[in-house]
Amino acid sequence: MPVEIDIAKVAKLARLALSPEKLEEYGAQLVDILEHAERVGGLPTEGVPPTSHPLPMTNAFRADEVRPSLDRDEVLEQAPQSEGPYFRVPRILGET
Amino acid sequence: MTDLADLSIAEAGAGLRRGDFSSVELTDAALTRAGVTESHLHAYLTLDQHGARAAATAADQALAAGEDHGPLHGIPLAVKDNMVTRGMETTAGSKILSGYVPPYNATVVDRLSAKRAVILGKTNLDEFAMGSSTENSAYGPTRNPWDTDRVPGGSSGGSAAAVSVGSALGALGSDTGGSIRQPAAMCGLVGVKPTYGVVSRYGLIAFASSLDQIGPFARSVGDAASLLEAVAGYDPRDATSYRGDTPEISTLLDSGVAGMRIGVLAELSGDGIDPQIQDACRRMYDALADAGAELKEVSLPATEYALSAYYLIAPAEASANLARFDGVRYGLRVDGETTEEMMAASRAEGFGPEVARRILLGTYALSAGYYDAFYGQAQKVRTLLRNEFAATYEEVDVIVSPTSPTTAFAIGEKTADPLSMYFADVCTIASNLAGDPSGSVPVGLDAEGLPIGFQIMAPALHEAQLFRLAAEVERLARFDARPALATSEVKPA
Repeated sequence: MPVEIDIAKVAKLARLALSPEKLEEYGAQLVDILEHAERVGGLPTEGVPPTSHPLPMTNAFRADEVRPSLDRDEVLEQAPQSEGPYFRVPRILGET
Repeated sequence: MTDLADLSIAEAGAGLRRGDFSSVELTDAALTRAGVTESHLHAYLTLDQHGARAAATAADQALAAGEDHGPLHGIPLAVKDNMVTRGMETTAGSKILSGYVPPYNATVVDRLSAKRAVILGKTNLDEFAMGSSTENSAYGPTRNPWDTDRVPGGSSGGSAAAVSVGSALGALGSDTGGSIRQPAAMCGLVGVKPTYGVVSRYGLIAFASSLDQIGPFARSVGDAASLLEAVAGYDPRDATSYRGDTPEISTLLDSGVAGMRIGVLAELSGDGIDPQIQDACRRMYDALADAGAELKEVSLPATEYALSAYYLIAPAEASANLARFDGVRYGLRVDGETTEEMMAASRAEGFGPEVARRILLGTYALSAGYYDAFYGQAQKVRTLLRNEFAATYEEVDVIVSPTSPTTAFAIGEKTADPLSMYFADVCTIASNLAGDPSGSVPVGLDAEGLPIGFQIMAPALHEAQLFRLAAEVERLARFDARPALATSEVKPA
């Protein structure tokens, strides 16, 4: 089947503010790649379970005990903007 | 006298213990080699001369005091720049992490330091390890020491170039679809991707979490084994770390291959593989048979679909992993009216084209309506591939093939066509999807003097078998060529 991509929608989901030219370029490349990747549909997989992880492991738990974590000031030092003990960001809710 | 930068890790360790030279002299030899070759190669993003000399001095003092921490004690090594280093800039080759100084060490970095290894610096890579040529680095490409008009392979091209030219005696890389083995092949080195879970990924900046593994680059099989033994083992800080006993690695290095059952992978024996590479591999198959191994052709039809499955699974996981780069906690921020605008602007500015492409591809493959046809189907193909490997390993101990379909290609040759670049990984990807260990050993040079790699795949946790065969391939190939740049006569460009 021909691959159709609403590239503007995908870019919005991916939080990438791309120019119209870039969107068009990436969109065309994605179609090429996906038309090749579609080959995975050529193998019969009825009843085959998916592999999400190569080792037969379930969740890894540790004892629930208090441990030191990274130093807060050192971590905040790497933030583009911080205020007191917090990361600072622009407003989150839209104003109308 | 041999320049110290050209010694193997084993030779350097013996010299240190005899008192022929110090770790400081060894470290200075590697730094001097970097000084004359970096302007040709750009293997490093960060060279920490001061820190390296301090670590070398401490290693010398410990050894003098009778404290011996094993094969890596006092050995100058390089680390790929997607493993975090406390106090040393770590960028993953991306503009979005320019200037980022991590507040902690990756477990592998702590383990190397605990063994008293000397960390020289951080090596160049394709941005976030996405690429097969190291051309996708935001800081400019790395060049191949064997021919500086060519790529070193990728994504761990900086680590490969450094070890090849002697600006490090060994290095760590990471391998998601071939990013250790393919550059090892293109730079004439031994490179190993261990079993998934055997080396901790705590502090490895994640690309595709169900595939990523850290492993060694070295100029000999024995050196690669020493490096892997130093970093392998359970780590409670990595939830995917293997909790059983660490597999044996170097126990069979001297065992030879008499009676070993070797499967030659039919799907990687013909079309699409450079004929010179096919010939070099065939000569090695004959030599192994003469050495007492039992060779037979094996077929894993699902490997024909491995590349397609990989280029759905890896971008899907990447699109989730790279969501953390949002201009809030670290890295680049581009201002916006709202937080969402700030995030989208920061990511568009901070990610290079290949990373943006893969995030878009992964986001699409995971999105409603397409998930089953793409990501879900790729995961089922992964199961089929694992089943085929399991059935084949009933009949053979290891599987062999070329490591790369071509030797090193020209800089710029494949950058305009992402799909052609993706084919560079066609030989290596199956082992990542299966989670099995896999390595590359150099077996010769092509007509243009470029190295050819021979790939060995083994069942999960059977590193000892992989290294057993690798050691025999090394003995039979007697590959001792070095790149022209690896001499003390080279002048900075």
